[in-house]
Amino acid sequence: MLIFEQSRTGRGNGAQKIKSGATLSALPKQFLREAPPLLPEVSEMQAVRHYTRLSQKNFSIDTQFYPLGSCTMKHNPRACNRLAMLPEFLSQHPLSPVSATQGFLASLYDLQEILKGVTGMKGVSLTPMAGAQGELAGIAMIRAYHESRGDIERNELLVPDAAHGTNPATGVMCGYKVREIPTRADGDVDLEALRDAVGPQTAAIMLTNPSTLGVFDRKIAEISQAVHDAGGLLYYDGANLNAILGKVRPGDMGFDVVHINLHKTFSTPHGGGGPGSGPVGVSERLLPFLPVPVVARKEDQYHWLSEKDCPDSIGRLSAFMGNAGVLLRAYIYSRLLGREGMVRVAEYATLNANYMATKLAEAGFDLAYPKRRATHEFSLTLKKQAKEIGATATDFAKRLLDYGYHAPTVYFPLLVAECMLIEPTETEAKSDLDGFIEAMKKILSEASSDLDKLRAAPYTLPVKRLDEVRAARELDLVWKPVVAGE
Amino acid sequence: MSDIPADLKYTKSHEWVRQLDDDDVLVGITDHAQELLGDMVYVELPAEGDMPSAGEECVVVESVKAASDIYCPVTAEIISVNEALVDQPELINKDPYGEGWILRLKASTPDELDGLLSADDYAQFIASETE
Amino acid sequence: MPFIPHTEDDVKEMLAAIGAPSIESLFDEIPAALRTGGLATIPEGLNELGVTQLMQARAKKNKPLLCFAGAGAYEHHIPAAVWELTTRGEFYTAYTPYQAEASQGTLQLLYEYQTMMASLTGLDVSNASLYDGASALAEAILMAVRCNRKSKSRRILLPTTVHPAYRKVSRNIVSNQDIILEEIPYCAEKGAVLAKSLDRYQGEDIAALVIQQPNFFGSLEEVDALTDWAHAQGAIVIAVVNPMTLAVLKPPGEWGTSGVDIACGEGQPLGIPLAGGGPYFGFMCCKQKQVRQLPGRIVGRTVDLDGKEGFTLTLQAREQHIRRSKATSNICTNQGLMTTAATIYLSLLGPTGLRSVAQACFANTQKLVERLAQIEGVEAIFSGTHFHEVMIQLPCSAEAVHEKLCEQGILGGYEPSGEYPELGDALLVCATETRTDEEIEHFAVQLETIIKNLN
Repeated sequence: MLIFEQSRTGRGNGAQKIKSGATLSALPKQFLREAPPLLPEVSEMQAVRHYTRLSQKNFSIDTQFYPLGSCTMKHNPRACNRLAMLPEFLSQHPLSPVSATQGFLASLYDLQEILKGVTGMKGVSLTPMAGAQGELAGIAMIRAYHESRGDIERNELLVPDAAHGTNPATGVMCGYKVREIPTRADGDVDLEALRDAVGPQTAAIMLTNPSTLGVFDRKIAEISQAVHDAGGLLYYDGANLNAILGKVRPGDMGFDVVHINLHKTFSTPHGGGGPGSGPVGVSERLLPFLPVPVVARKEDQYHWLSEKDCPDSIGRLSAFMGNAGVLLRAYIYSRLLGREGMVRVAEYATLNANYMATKLAEAGFDLAYPKRRATHEFSLTLKKQAKEIGATATDFAKRLLDYGYHAPTVYFPLLVAECMLIEPTETEAKSDLDGFIEAMKKILSEASSDLDKLRAAPYTLPVKRLDEVRAARELDLVWKPVVAGE
Repeated sequence: MSDIPADLKYTKSHEWVRQLDDDDVLVGITDHAQELLGDMVYVELPAEGDMPSAGEECVVVESVKAASDIYCPVTAEIISVNEALVDQPELINKDPYGEGWILRLKASTPDELDGLLSADDYAQFIASETE
Repeated sequence: MPFIPHTEDDVKEMLAAIGAPSIESLFDEIPAALRTGGLATIPEGLNELGVTQLMQARAKKNKPLLCFAGAGAYEHHIPAAVWELTTRGEFYTAYTPYQAEASQGTLQLLYEYQTMMASLTGLDVSNASLYDGASALAEAILMAVRCNRKSKSRRILLPTTVHPAYRKVSRNIVSNQDIILEEIPYCAEKGAVLAKSLDRYQGEDIAALVIQQPNFFGSLEEVDALTDWAHAQGAIVIAVVNPMTLAVLKPPGEWGTSGVDIACGEGQPLGIPLAGGGPYFGFMCCKQKQVRQLPGRIVGRTVDLDGKEGFTLTLQAREQHIRRSKATSNICTNQGLMTTAATIYLSLLGPTGLRSVAQACFANTQKLVERLAQIEGVEAIFSGTHFHEVMIQLPCSAEAVHEKLCEQGILGGYEPSGEYPELGDALLVCATETRTDEEIEHFAVQLETIIKNLN
């Protein structure tokens, strides 16, 4: 039932009514609203019950194993939330002067330094509000760099065909033509094709390493050289940073710009789809172009650098300074882990992924790249199951929900047929991995014995499979009250 | 196996072309293409009178999981578009070579039509593509 | 080891299963030559107690200020239930609802959110949110250019009464797509755009006009006349609005004879804490006919195999993960958790509660301005109607006044000299429902003293 269907006119919630005795008589009528907005009139208890019940219809990390590939669904430590929500941080107006926000600024400054350290970059700006905005900032900086050198003929951005869709979308938003580079059968970028593609028109290449396929591109040094020799730059999409934290740094691989998804590697909550945060780090030559504001320190006082201090900056990307509360959570997480904890992130994420890959292969599933090491994630191809028994990746995904596991990412990356991209993360115990592996085995045997049953899964959730075609053809995006007589 | 009528011409981007009596041509997407895309939910049609060149994107068809461009098979003027698809995009699934037609064109250089694939060529092409 | 559950036995068993001698060997595909950098600059780990002490000490270094500033972020009372519910693990730690059956909670909530936002703005549909108000305007401009197929100019009229940061962000985001943002001046007396000042664009090819209501100065724009003028020119109208004020102000869908095409803005006033600048959320609503150009996630209602009502993401083919370089935007996230808070906030307040907040903000700001105007040399700069923010003139250095007020524990508003040097010494002040009469009096007394001492 929708909250609107519980509403009764005239109920109101007295506890939230502000008694000001004010009227709007001073406002000319032409500015005023005639009919009240369609907001529910429910009691506090009704609202609390309604949203508590809705929450219970969600899978979440707190309630289920959630091995969604490329999303790094790791445990979100509660301390990060509690401490970021200390009243001194929550009540701070974004225009508060630096003299009143030194504790906040010190935390952001420290986070900038930590992110520089883990990425091997020379400068960091925390302001991008999501990974995609970090990408936009990164590519805008690359453009600004080329333009600052009068190198204005570079109009092409190279993106491997395995890349996440955001990469080409970002390229277009920054005014570039996007050229796809093929991937070899072993999962690495086709270096020969890349060498043929680079030239005086190449602005940059956008790469995720490990790639979205779940393998580390072994030829990264050669890729870096090929692009740099042509005068292009290297963009690192930090979607998979969890795999290499403390093991190898993007800066050491030759990248000029990185963005980091704090909601992945630094464990800030995904919140049902956001907020994220996508800080960018840059090499020496891109420092002048970093988006503002950036926190600087002079002696032991912290202050903001803005457009005035950074005239070549690509400017600001949010009304204020970005997703401050997310940044605090990431900072707290990074202090809880520390140097030694960060190395373990990559180690145990990789151990878990390789263990699952091995066990699932033993159970009869095909790895998309069987000769490669898994990184923090790996992809299965259910091509055989789809062809031989008629059970698709979607069928496995939906049935896993009945077993109490969130499904892995399916049908991404697009290069792998009937793909299932599995990322367990470092915070899952072996027993949970084993439970998931057992469920996959059971589903495989169900597929062989009773395919129809599998194809109608899930059975135990609030709804069964939804009619997505109807949702798209007969758009119903807002609720409308039923008018009597209709 | 999908349906590939022998009397039509085809492109490697999965459009079909039917020559009409008055030198106009009808264009749609093949049965194979609609199978790959799945249930259509929306078709974005161009304006009548547009003059796309051969290979230019001129229509977008959307299914739940994909959006795909349709390329103009030959340089032409768009004479009319199938307005029925606005409310019933599923016609492309139900009858890709009939009621699911998309564009009616007047080819600017009719010679270009000779460069298109025959039904046999197209059948071989999709067989090699699905290998 | 923090947050890692493995025992030594687990590790041994797992390595044996993999057939690897050590965890380190799992990294053997990374060329050794690249593995030069360590984490030397990263501090050692702290336990939870240590981190708690650190962050409490940091929090103490922040100085709480009595807030009379708005300028795009507003202090409002947030009902206790809002964040109690929002931080439930099932909302807090879920991901984007791609597996609809396992995400009905978030999806239904977003459908309710879309309904509330569409109703507040008076438009047909809403997306499931964007990053913040400023970037939402940038996305709205890109959308307007896509929607206005008749216009070839890619020229957008952007009054300087629109939030200065929004204008900058829009410029930074759209600048690489050959879109021209043309700033138009405001009437110095009213602090708003005069419809007749647009006459010089009459007959020109304009893709869209942006109107902020209330505008950055807190003044009310002649939205009906501006909307009609733009539509007569074949331009799309983009409204930038504060959703809280829409409890009482005319919704953009009703501006002029046919309403605006796109409304967007900052959702922070709806239950989101100030929190130093974010995370907040941007919203965007539009008319039904333009829904396919709307960027970001959208939730739709449908039925399941048994015909039972359910919710799912829809129109995904517009989005980057499918449409790649041809997507409506590169945006992937919505600010899901923030819209969760906003939906619960709006449910707890209802239409009368939200109206009472808007009225109290209007009344308190009136009181504030009347009281401040009693100070010699202080007066409202603009004669137009204002809502809950007002630009006031000061008789001495605004920068100095601002600084002295902070020393007294008061955030005295936004100091506009950087963006609007023509206003001289001025402050943009705001008093929401949270300010008491005593606090307003305290502010006035402090301000009066500071002015005296400075003169």
